[in-house]
Amino acid sequence: MTIMRNNIILLLLVALLAVFPLYLVKDSEFGGADGAAEEMITEINPEYEPWFSSFWEPPGGETESLLFALQAALGAGFIGYYVGYKRGQAKEKENKE
Amino acid sequence: MFNKKLYSIWALLILFLVPESAFAMHIMEGFLPYKWAAFWALISLPVVVYGVVSISKKMKENPELKLLLGVAGAFAFVLSALKIPSVTGSSSHPTGVGLGAILFGPAAMSVLGMIVLLFQAILLAHGGITTLGANVFSMAIVGTFVAYGTYKFAKKAGISNGIAVFLAAAFGNLMTYVTTSFQLALAFPAEVGGVMASAVKFLTIFAVTQIPLAISEGLLTVVIFNFLSKYSSQELITLNIFKKGEVLGDDNHA
Repeated sequence: MTIMRNNIILLLLVALLAVFPLYLVKDSEFGGADGAAEEMITEINPEYEPWFSSFWEPPGGETESLLFALQAALGAGFIGYYVGYKRGQAKEKENKE
Repeated sequence: MFNKKLYSIWALLILFLVPESAFAMHIMEGFLPYKWAAFWALISLPVVVYGVVSISKKMKENPELKLLLGVAGAFAFVLSALKIPSVTGSSSHPTGVGLGAILFGPAAMSVLGMIVLLFQAILLAHGGITTLGANVFSMAIVGTFVAYGTYKFAKKAGISNGIAVFLAAAFGNLMTYVTTSFQLALAFPAEVGGVMASAVKFLTIFAVTQIPLAISEGLLTVVIFNFLSKYSSQELITLNIFKKGEVLGDDNHA
């Protein structure tokens, strides 16, 4: 169970690292800042025009967050499956011995 | 002298306290001049091709590793979907490529990294097709090679496995964004000071945003590695990560 305990501590640390900035920086929306890249580039080179734009863009924040959630869910689902599969395998081995 | 010191402390404080939306993710669609887009694509291509060859060879020799390869890809999928707030008042995300780089080697992981980047470019308009080569280079090539190299080096130096994994994933993440800064700086040199001035501009904001995220990425990679060292030790032996008889399961303090 040491692994489990260690992992819980590590995950708590990650959560703290994510929450801490929310307290540190009060008046920010924590934007993804893709737009700020644009700003910085136009600041350095005002004549630059993006020469290509995405074929498709999520129509809004809601659809975008749906797709991001889907991406995370697909990955997490697979990892969850693997964890369960491996633990079951280990248990079976234990029972056989 | 004193003033200079005071100024730098002040600048550092500003950097930490003034919320500034920073570019801290992949390079957006169309935001690299086409010459640079082509340049990075040409550099990345052979690595990815080599990666495909190396994956298919590994899977042919050890088909039992397929699930673990899936885990490496899935891990990158999850982590790059997590936009985490950072101390600069903007958000960025981990890359998750360190795990796969340690397990399957940097070239193999570059293929999985590219798949993640493609998904985000096509479905999320995050990153882009024209900037795919540059983003593959920073995240899936520099990120993976740095992670792999750091892991090997740390192990050789006798550092415990958990710490080695942490350092590898964290440095891989950090170097990814350092690379992105330089890619942008090369394409957009400042009028005064050129590439270096631009690089400093992109880096000052970047580095600070990315440090807590690099730590998070390191910790999360240790979490999954802890599980693997207990339940997938056979696969780790096959991949030459662990030697036979070396069980890192329970005594792995990270």
